[in-house]
Amino acid sequence: MASTSTLPQSAYNPRRHVGVHAERVSAVSSTEYPGHYPDEDHSWDLQKFSENLQVKVQRLSQRSIEFDLVGVDASIANAFRRIMIAEVPTIAIEHVYVWNNTSVIHDEVLAHRLGLVPLNADPALFDFRTPTGANAVPNDRNTLVFRLQVACERAPKGRGKEYLHDEVTSGDLVWVPQGEQAAVLGAAAAPAPTNKDIVLAKLRPGQEIDMELHAVKGVGKEHAKWSPVATASYRLHPLIVLNPARPVPAHRAAAFAACFSPGVVTLGADGALAIDARAMRADPVSREVLRHDEFAGCVELRRIRDWFLFAVEAEGPYPPERLLPAAVAVMRRKLAAIRAAAQALLADADAADADVEMGGA
Amino acid sequence: MAEVIPKLRVLKGAEPDLSAATYQIHDESHTIGNSLRWMLMKNPKVEFCGYSVPHPSENHIHLRIQMYDKLSSLDALLQALENLDNLCATVEDAYNTSLSSDAYERWSERS
Repeated sequence: MASTSTLPQSAYNPRRHVGVHAERVSAVSSTEYPGHYPDEDHSWDLQKFSENLQVKVQRLSQRSIEFDLVGVDASIANAFRRIMIAEVPTIAIEHVYVWNNTSVIHDEVLAHRLGLVPLNADPALFDFRTPTGANAVPNDRNTLVFRLQVACERAPKGRGKEYLHDEVTSGDLVWVPQGEQAAVLGAAAAPAPTNKDIVLAKLRPGQEIDMELHAVKGVGKEHAKWSPVATASYRLHPLIVLNPARPVPAHRAAAFAACFSPGVVTLGADGALAIDARAMRADPVSREVLRHDEFAGCVELRRIRDWFLFAVEAEGPYPPERLLPAAVAVMRRKLAAIRAAAQALLADADAADADVEMGGA
Repeated sequence: MAEVIPKLRVLKGAEPDLSAATYQIHDESHTIGNSLRWMLMKNPKVEFCGYSVPHPSENHIHLRIQMYDKLSSLDALLQALENLDNLCATVEDAYNTSLSSDAYERWSERS
């Protein structure tokens, strides 16, 4: 098994493995809690955690990122994934004031389509609208205004096309700066849809659309239009372990290799089969090999319980590499809010104790 | 109407010394519930910890903590919150280090 060495030795620690069998999985949950193993201390230790933790960016484009998060519990990885989808704020169109709409698409359907258009405005520069207080009414700190005014007409003869403005696209949204917005937001890229070519409606001569659109800050848990990601997902690192005591017969090697993704099973220098760790990353762990009785016991399929392969596609104002830091910041804000509440509770409890003592004295 | 819902409150039935208590955390979900449960279970003084989302249309979670040695579950909760915050900071640092110094594949994706 020459080429398996590209995975660190610690990846072969059986305690980190989830078993994948033909019809069931095994050892799904972590057992590394205090009191589970005699004479082992599994209490929280920041030092040990940070030595163990590995975060490694694998691929980055202007729209997506793939990174490995190794050495954390599923609850933590899942928290970051959930926050990226549902609690990292963005700006999206929420109120649509229709002055005129003679197109075939209904006001409410068009309004819904407008809401889903991703905008490039930086959410950090905006406040949330609240039911009460200063942000209960629209102002330049909590609302972006766009105007959509399109009228379709016949093209003059000889222009090569029949109509002018027969397609209303996201590029037709015109930003109307309010208050100090021109100075604050106009300095960078002006607020606009991230994609100018989204078709919102189609018109014919004589039809027109005239609307005012108010975009506000929100989070994905209220409506998916505020989600900054198209997808944010993780999977566990696959692990395929050959059994040295039961090698695959040489004449069946091709059939064995066909049970896995291309390149996973390789021929070592000594003529023995080996697993290529690089290709194994992408294997879907399809369990195809377990359907063949002739390969029973030759191989074990596993996944590594604390090795998360994240894939995140950004669709909004955040560059893909800023999404995890944004999620971590949201998580820390939530923790701080609960901590403040817990400290207030503690202070209340102490005060109540003091009252009782004074009453007794 | 507009009654202010506390972020955190102790549900009735808790031990007077808070050595066993159920907390109601408002406006939180599995995201915080499961992470906090995991961090509390990492505490050797915690006898039991579990969380639940009692009803999908009620915007809160319940977190049950039972302690050994008559210790205060509120102290354990505060400790767990601080530990989780340290964890978050560590993950972010490691991520930023990788982003700025690792050699990773960069590619161009058309929208």
